[in-house]
Amino acid sequence: MAGRIIGGIGSSHVPSIGVAYDQGRTQEPDWKPLFDAYGPVRDWLAAQKPDIAIVIYNDHGGDFFFDKYPTFAVGAADRYGIADEGWGPRPLPEPEGDAAFSWHLCESLVYDEFDIAVCQEMKVEHGFLVPMHLCFPHDPAWPVKVVPVAVNVIQHPLPTARRCWKLGQAIRRAVESFPGDSRVVILGTGGMSHQLNGARFGHINPDWDNDFLDRLESDPDSLTDLTHQQIMEEAGAEAVELIMWLTMRGAVSKRATRIHRNYYAPMTTGMGLIAFEEPA
Amino acid sequence: MTERQIDRSRPIPGTTVFDAAETRRGYALNRFCMSLTEPGNREAFKADEDGYMKRHGVAEAHRRMVIARDFGGLMNAGGNIYMVMKIGAVTGHGLYTIGAMQRGETLEQFLETRQAKGAR
Repeated sequence: MAGRIIGGIGSSHVPSIGVAYDQGRTQEPDWKPLFDAYGPVRDWLAAQKPDIAIVIYNDHGGDFFFDKYPTFAVGAADRYGIADEGWGPRPLPEPEGDAAFSWHLCESLVYDEFDIAVCQEMKVEHGFLVPMHLCFPHDPAWPVKVVPVAVNVIQHPLPTARRCWKLGQAIRRAVESFPGDSRVVILGTGGMSHQLNGARFGHINPDWDNDFLDRLESDPDSLTDLTHQQIMEEAGAEAVELIMWLTMRGAVSKRATRIHRNYYAPMTTGMGLIAFEEPA
Repeated sequence: MTERQIDRSRPIPGTTVFDAAETRRGYALNRFCMSLTEPGNREAFKADEDGYMKRHGVAEAHRRMVIARDFGGLMNAGGNIYMVMKIGAVTGHGLYTIGAMQRGETLEQFLETRQAKGAR
């Protein structure tokens, strides 16, 4: 018996998606292409029935502040609260964790030389919640237990793209050494191209985003050479969130099949979606 | 240090990299913003903006920008966008309004530059 990664998903986590969702506007013409694109991924997850979702995301001042902002933080709780980011907590059920699995993951990562912060209390926010409610039903409860993994992508110095990729490889080793038959899906969230600060606010780069998706599929190693400077120049200051997709891709094998892909850039962010399935 | 991730000889036009210098100079401002994640603090701020910010150690120049709703100024003063948005959550200024201010445009002008402005 051992844990197994069944696949990985890359998804944007734009907060306005959450607002549109909460307001029941998912079928409005300008939103429909985004929400409908998640149908095949939701169906695949419903059929696969993963036990655990490891969600790689960043905290935008939901629970963490710059007094102590961890480079990598891993949740190790049986339940996670919903953060109030300033607009009040969203009407979503609190996700359940699996503390035993999380502690195994943490132990494996630390002995694998990833010196993470272990969090026994952690409130999750839009970076985590938006991809979750796009991918999973949640009324009255989420069908999967979660491990939130928060990455610093907002206060430089950030971990390198290659470090995030290696974290994914280490997560895979941890899952495969778990003494249980847990089926695990991993979500890498954030991006794609966007910039929220300065006169360049609103910069997006759909060509670059689509090249990133192509390479994520066929040549992910090449993406680990990207520097933060290169990502920011091409795709905007906040596009550095995409290094979290490399953690997902590092945890998924080269033999995995890309089963779904979508791209939509209506406003200020390239909203990407990609799903990989491991061979049975 | 091994590989450099930021090339300071190649500043990106119109772009602030939120690094050590930015987070240090914006620290008190951003800490005040973070306090607005508590509902009681939002009410206290609304009741007495200047007094609340004084109690939270916000510098006078920054207090003036908040009161003037000068979000572009706050972003140029070490404000982190995710923190500054928490002020907007209280005052009714959304991300695209804050963004338009940074671009020197009205919200309407900014929205005209977008593909599908209903997706907001």
